[in-house]
Amino acid sequence: MPQVIHVAGIRKTYGRVIAVDEVTLTVEEGEIFGLIGPNGAGKTTTLECIEGLRTPDRGTISVLGLDPVADAYALQNRIGVQLQEAQLQKRIKVWEAVDLWASLYRTAVDGNHLLQQLGLADKRNAWFMTLSGGQKQRLFIALALINDPEVVFLDELTTGLDPQARRAIWDLVRGIRARGKTVFMTTHLMEEAERLCDRVAIIDHGRTVDIDTPSRLVSRHCPERAVVVTTRSNTDDDAFSRIPRVTSVTRADGEVTIRGEGDDLVANVIECLSERRIRVTDFRTDVPTLEDVFLKLTGHSIRD
Amino acid sequence: MLRGLWTLTWLEIKIFVREPLGLIGTVGVPVLAFVIVGRVLGAGSAQPDSPIRGFVTVGFPVFVSILIAISAVLSLVTIISIYREGGILKRLRATPLRPYTILGAHVLVKLLLSAGTLLLMVAAGKRYYPADVHAPMISFTIALLLTTSSVLSIGFLIASVIPTARFAQPIGAAILYPMLGLSGLFSPLSSLPPVLQIVARMLPLTYAVSLLKGIWRGEAWSAHITDVLVLVAVALCCTALSAKVFRWE
Repeated sequence: MPQVIHVAGIRKTYGRVIAVDEVTLTVEEGEIFGLIGPNGAGKTTTLECIEGLRTPDRGTISVLGLDPVADAYALQNRIGVQLQEAQLQKRIKVWEAVDLWASLYRTAVDGNHLLQQLGLADKRNAWFMTLSGGQKQRLFIALALINDPEVVFLDELTTGLDPQARRAIWDLVRGIRARGKTVFMTTHLMEEAERLCDRVAIIDHGRTVDIDTPSRLVSRHCPERAVVVTTRSNTDDDAFSRIPRVTSVTRADGEVTIRGEGDDLVANVIECLSERRIRVTDFRTDVPTLEDVFLKLTGHSIRD
Repeated sequence: MLRGLWTLTWLEIKIFVREPLGLIGTVGVPVLAFVIVGRVLGAGSAQPDSPIRGFVTVGFPVFVSILIAISAVLSLVTIISIYREGGILKRLRATPLRPYTILGAHVLVKLLLSAGTLLLMVAAGKRYYPADVHAPMISFTIALLLTTSSVLSIGFLIASVIPTARFAQPIGAAILYPMLGLSGLFSPLSSLPPVLQIVARMLPLTYAVSLLKGIWRGEAWSAHITDVLVLVAVALCCTALSAKVFRWE
């Protein structure tokens, strides 16, 4: 896969505040790449350096082979940007915004078609200030896509939206990828990153901590998982203990909790249960998520 | 790069017109003031030896014109601050728009608005004024646009450094209106105390008032070269300075 974005060792400080300390990452063509981290970790600063809105103190950035600062105007024709907490003129109409944006680029897709795809066709004549949060975000997605960009940058796209609107936006982002575009997004929602991103970079205190697919990050950093079996039969706990890589077996109120490591744990427990014909009334797994990885790698919760 | 300049200018005019309060304040008030003063005092100043003739036929039109310029500038300062605070400037900057196209569009809007208000004011108030007053409207419009540009550049400098939108209007007003008081519009410069005379000579509005009064009276541009040079110099200096210190967010 060709690399679309290449960031090497960038650093950005504001006075004594180190916003970005040391960020290195590459983004491949056609993937949804997520930058995750707590508020203040340096996500937006990193993103805005890549977009060419800020100049890093040191390090190099290349997007589509261009320098975001030196080649700003050439690059801006080929990328689409949605900024965190951006606003438009209160009394600008939806179609006017799309029209203005279309006039700014060398090439532009059909604005009406775009509004239709994003479910904003009946809001064409509405003033920006009358739109709901979800409608505003969809309009910003429309503006980010108006020039048929090769790379789309989305910063905290679903913050402040209700669950329905959030899910609708996720589908839209998957639609962008389906059209062959690369998406670079930031989020502080672990569920969003896990469901949407092909690969994520975890950053904390301005440094990249690790980069990989969500599932590989989980199996690398949080291999521990648990299987909880509810059974009335008096099973032999040793049978579970003999399963490879099981670390502990505990029993309480008819529930047996089998803890261990590795992706095979669940399959091995099932096999063990069927071999011994143990009657099970309930069976659930406790598998770590990206949030657990984050907690482990950064030592604090995503929500502080 | 002019790409987007006209679209943005036209769009900003439409958006401005959609805000009733702004429209009344910047267009309605000067026009109305001009008409009312013309109605009340116009007849009384018809006699050439009338004591209020000088004020009604020269001072007041110039006063209202400068108010047009100042309100355009205050509105620009406020809009820029709101756009900055709301992230609108930043969002526009993340497009192929050159930064100065964005600001240029706003300047164009304000200049067009000032010229429009001036013409509306003269058209609406003309019949109340003594028939023998014939101000050269084209020259006067040009002089007012020069004044507006010069004051706009001061406005940009204010907008560049003001931290929040809430302070934009009051700070702008606190800087511009006192300048007007010393400009020689209400009392001749020579009647001011010497210290204030020196201060007045350092304020750009003094030169704007001198230029506007002269052109309205029908004097030649060549008689006001100093005024023009000062206004152009202020416009260039303040624009260059604000380009250095302007904050986009």
